[in-house]
Amino acid sequence: MKKLTLSHLGNFSHSLDTAVYHIRPRFVEEITEIFAFARENDLKIAPRGAGRSYNDAALKGGGIVLDLSLLRCVQAWDAETGILRAEPGLTLETLWQYILPDGWWPPVVSGTMKTTLGGCLGMNIHGKNNFKMGTVGENILEFDAILPNGKEVTCSPKKNSKLFHAMISGMGMLGVFTSVTMQMKRVYSGLVNVREWNVPDLEAQLYALLDGAPRNDYIVGWLDGTARGKALGRGQIHAANYLAKDEDPDPAETMRVDFQTLPDTFFGVVPKSKLHYLMSLGLSNLGVRAVNTAKYLVGRNKSYQQPHAAFHFLLDYVPDWEKSYGKQGLIQYQSFLPKETALDAWTEMLKLSQKRGLPTYLGVTKRHRPDKFLISHALDGFSLAFDFKITNNNRAKLSEMVQDFDKIVLDAGGRFYFAKNSETAPEIARQYLGNETIENFRKLKERCDPQNLLYSDLYERVFAPLN
Amino acid sequence: MTEIENKLPTATPLRPKKRAILVGASSGIGAALAHRLADEGFQVALLARRAEMLEKLTNEINSKHGETRVIHYIHDVTDYKSVPELLKKIISDLGGLDTFIYNAGVAISVGLKSYDFEKDRKMMEINLLGALAWLNPVGELFQNMKSGQIVGISSVAGERGRVGSPAYNTSKAALTTYLEAYRNRLTRYGVNVLTVKPGYVRTDMIKNVENPFWAIPAEQAAKDIFKAMQKRKQEIYTAARWRWVMFIIRNIPSFLFRKLTF
Repeated sequence: MKKLTLSHLGNFSHSLDTAVYHIRPRFVEEITEIFAFARENDLKIAPRGAGRSYNDAALKGGGIVLDLSLLRCVQAWDAETGILRAEPGLTLETLWQYILPDGWWPPVVSGTMKTTLGGCLGMNIHGKNNFKMGTVGENILEFDAILPNGKEVTCSPKKNSKLFHAMISGMGMLGVFTSVTMQMKRVYSGLVNVREWNVPDLEAQLYALLDGAPRNDYIVGWLDGTARGKALGRGQIHAANYLAKDEDPDPAETMRVDFQTLPDTFFGVVPKSKLHYLMSLGLSNLGVRAVNTAKYLVGRNKSYQQPHAAFHFLLDYVPDWEKSYGKQGLIQYQSFLPKETALDAWTEMLKLSQKRGLPTYLGVTKRHRPDKFLISHALDGFSLAFDFKITNNNRAKLSEMVQDFDKIVLDAGGRFYFAKNSETAPEIARQYLGNETIENFRKLKERCDPQNLLYSDLYERVFAPLN
Repeated sequence: MTEIENKLPTATPLRPKKRAILVGASSGIGAALAHRLADEGFQVALLARRAEMLEKLTNEINSKHGETRVIHYIHDVTDYKSVPELLKKIISDLGGLDTFIYNAGVAISVGLKSYDFEKDRKMMEINLLGALAWLNPVGELFQNMKSGQIVGISSVAGERGRVGSPAYNTSKAALTTYLEAYRNRLTRYGVNVLTVKPGYVRTDMIKNVENPFWAIPAEQAAKDIFKAMQKRKQEIYTAARWRWVMFIIRNIPSFLFRKLTF
């Protein structure tokens, strides 16, 4: 390999940065060479897709970041069956643009289309339809991977099933995906029917998700973290459904990529690439409270049709939105709670955050169902994701608060998500994953990667101390 | 080269860590700076030749904080060839690098009538060439990263050539100039280069000096240096009053300076 130099690399939420050997292989064959290089030079490797995790999942300070974003070929596409086979660096953006004109849509997508297939599998992402379609892993028919022990494996729900269910959700720590085969979802229009309505408090919010999920293809809630008292947890619900066959008079038109593309300007005037500067002005406790209150007050019960891309990829609506959180970046704290305990636990957490002067600037709720993957975050209940702005003055307070949150969530039988939470301590992970899961993961790790070559900062922080 | 296999706690967004390499850490300003950096939450790789002192310092600092904040590496700065590999290893162990501090230095007393190439060479090797061996790969790294801070502990002694210490003066003058050149090279890449010019500091180095005037404790020097690092200053004197003293000394005409005996 040619001489490598360390370069600067951070995470998506601008909350961590470090020096890494950033390597972008162009051929699958190079992955084996990179393993050998790491072994010879006593370096660790963190695989990286689009680097959209909010923590240290795709970083290895002082080590190698194996960036798979250039391995992005679609290897096979069958427009009759909706089965696609692609390399792991393919982004959801390219994916949907590839398949939508043929009348298909990815069964599960994240809130941004910038993520890669490999990253989606590694973190076993979910979408606003988790209650219906499960996590992305449940829609994977098969994948190929190279393991650090030199083996090349093919896994499916039936073949090498244990490894299949561990590599998907395994945070890239067992092997590197080289090819992914996935079943797409048939759609009959480029539009979805959307309905939105206000909910006056947390109880109403959770009930809307619970009640709405069986009757909708997608459902998601926005939560106003600044509302207090009786309005605690108020927000807006967005539910969406696919159009039935023949409901769209001109599906060929609405399924065109151009039709889906998000507009470049806000209100037709402000260039969206500059919008994050404007947003940063409002990102204070007072500013967010004003914006949230206005958003809630103008919220009406309404129905409309929206392109898939506009409904799903809200996070891409404002490019570089994360920069509006300033130089210190943000943390995201997502907790998953059983439907029986969610109301009390999140009420306590919302009150706590307000009491400590650290209200969340964005709250998002979703409905979930459990899955069979090893490092699973999902359960029969709900999730609530919080965004917190980091400042030099609030770090210690915020750190203390998320530790208090962890206790509340664990006591309520909840779980966490390793693509989001950045502060989860090893013991917290053990408590919610359980010793058996940790042990199974350790055994697989030993088998697939006996020399611990795959060793992201996340793995070092949370899992290594548990072994 | 050995190393204590202690794991440094990993950084998180809410518990960020600054990572530093401190070359020449076992005593004097280096040891005081090691304490200071660890007190301020840095994770520091301590490098020095004297194993026993370095181990003692490492244990002292880590037990004070109840966690691993410093790790150490036995290193002779004149072993130039080992530097690139060692740097790579330390960055891997620290998980990154934000600050590099070169503090290694010796002042070997030479009599007014002594002409000793071996002594002179030793000072040049430790004070200057060792610094160059480290600053080259570190400079390249920080230029690539477009961030970082380099701190060089030079000396007020580098500002004039004096009767009693030709090689020491030369080594520090060269180091100061080298750091200035790096500052001019790297500032445009967002890298800060701080030159520290201590006057007398109460360390082993000045134990043979008869009347070290205005000598400050090493802890005071470390405090000044850390403050300057935080403010991303270009150059400081410690104690600060040396700036004015040196202004005068720099401007003493040569025909007078030749007659002085210090």
